[in-house]
Amino acid sequence: MSSLAEVARGGIRPTRRTKRLSPRVRDNIAGFLFISPWLLNMVVLISLAMITSLAISFYDTDFIITFKPVGLLNYRQMIRDPLFYKSLVNTAYYTFGMVPLGIVFAIAIAVLLNQKVAVVGVFRTLYYLPSIVSGVAVSILWMYLLNPRFGLINQGLAVIGIEGPKWVYSQEWAIPAFILMGVWAAGSNMLLYLAGLQGIPTELYEAARIDGSGAWHCFWHITLPMLSPTIFFNLVMGIIGAWQVFTQSYVMTGGGPNNATLTMVLYLYRKAFQQFHFGYASAIAWALFAIVMVFTLLVFRSSDTWVYYAGELRK
Amino acid sequence: MTQLALHHKHPAPPARRALHFTGRTLLYLLICFGAFIFTLPFLWMLSTSLTPKEWVGVVPMRWIPPRLEWNNYVLPWSVFPFPAFYRNTIVITFTNVLGVLLSASLVAFGFARIRFWGRDAIFLMTLATMMLPTQVTLIPQYLLWSRLHAINTYWPLIVPNFLGSAAYDIFLLRQFYMTITTELDDAARIDGCGWFGIYRRILLPQIAPALGVLAIINFSFNWNDFFGPLIYINEPQRFTVALGLRLFQVGRSAGGGGMLDVRMPQIMAMTIVSMIPVLLVFFLAQRYFIQGIVITGVKG
Repeated sequence: MSSLAEVARGGIRPTRRTKRLSPRVRDNIAGFLFISPWLLNMVVLISLAMITSLAISFYDTDFIITFKPVGLLNYRQMIRDPLFYKSLVNTAYYTFGMVPLGIVFAIAIAVLLNQKVAVVGVFRTLYYLPSIVSGVAVSILWMYLLNPRFGLINQGLAVIGIEGPKWVYSQEWAIPAFILMGVWAAGSNMLLYLAGLQGIPTELYEAARIDGSGAWHCFWHITLPMLSPTIFFNLVMGIIGAWQVFTQSYVMTGGGPNNATLTMVLYLYRKAFQQFHFGYASAIAWALFAIVMVFTLLVFRSSDTWVYYAGELRK
Repeated sequence: MTQLALHHKHPAPPARRALHFTGRTLLYLLICFGAFIFTLPFLWMLSTSLTPKEWVGVVPMRWIPPRLEWNNYVLPWSVFPFPAFYRNTIVITFTNVLGVLLSASLVAFGFARIRFWGRDAIFLMTLATMMLPTQVTLIPQYLLWSRLHAINTYWPLIVPNFLGSAAYDIFLLRQFYMTITTELDDAARIDGCGWFGIYRRILLPQIAPALGVLAIINFSFNWNDFFGPLIYINEPQRFTVALGLRLFQVGRSAGGGGMLDVRMPQIMAMTIVSMIPVLLVFFLAQRYFIQGIVITGVKG
């Protein structure tokens, strides 16, 4: 790190060694030095595995006996596979429900827990609890909560006179149940917004108050725009994460009932690790990659119009 | 809603004060209701962890078991070497959090602040590393580490954290760096600061809340990480708590899984114990988020 510090510092101070380098060249060197640890990680540890999986998608292989190049066969098979489309629709449904709801809930909770209330630290910890209850415990918990007959949720609904749905046991309500679970684990996103709220200069609110702006007006015109970089982050991460939803359907429903919760990753997991069609599984994974990439690029394109960066580099 | 506290500044007329009082009461009710919803499942775990064997799976469940079975918290310690699991997990978790804070903050600074050739393309590639499900990169990655003779060591779990960690961490910090105005950089540069000086003296202190969040998220992720240790570690002495818990569960649930498993109380008890360090870290770290708008608003 000391060499990095030296060069980065030397790159700016016109010492004898670097005097001839233009600022642009110096910025290039400094930039690459700063990101060099990640470049190493990305190129050696990550890209290699990704490229290998891309190559495998052009093979018919179980990694043991068969290893046969088949060209685009896996992809051609995929676009004619009704289960693939089923998983695509289910995953899209989950994503478009989960991402917006997750963002709205996390912001609402963060704003709530940024108020000056007594023992706010305790409240924040309680709201964060669901995010750290791990793996199996969560699934068992929700199977209990969502039980149509004696689950807490339907018992609660019964109190106010509503007959609750069958949740993960019905085709219509299984995905909404997953969305409910996702929203409930909003704790770590709530944290990000809480950190984002800390960065908003108080002067903005004071100026608005002098202008006679109400709380709602301030929220809409100061808080939200100033939070937009965090919202942008959660939107992108939400899209990437939601398209890869797996654990709930794997542990709780196994993709049922009647494939209503068959997600893309569950489908490719089955193809790979239960039926040993690693080539086909990789092809599905790369189709998923393409979809996520398209959505991410769309969000990035749109970001110029709604994300406000105080420290944006001038172009 | 963020502004409620700002009204403290002026002594309001009685009508306004009554309105304000109602507002505060509603606020507390809302927060308490939310806290109840969010805590309920944890209370269920707590209740289950204290349930005696013979009451497991009795419907409707008793929130307060007829007899509190504290032994559920004691017995598992003698079945598996949990103290060793905790030691291992502490080592890995603290090392990794340190690694992430150091390396991700450097890398993110590069992406957020410096203009260099191909930056946006490289950043997009960075995001792209998250877009392929781990299920398909798993086998190639394992083969790579086994070729490096790193199976059954902690290297595969630790090394990436010192190399910028993951795209998630870099992206997160980049977003926070970009909310800070570049005027500070310019001022520092006039004072003779280089890029590294700007990073360390100017921007790092500014993004302290984000670093706090990153520390919490990575602490809790590493503490609970089950998949990484499962793949790379196969010697029980080197297991982590998350892996040990799963082993404990699988090893003991031969008599049927799910909610009716009579070992469920012990599993829940050990899960709760394993959550305590994360909760402690969270509670201590969240104090960094209290100097925000609201308090300065009150002080005026």
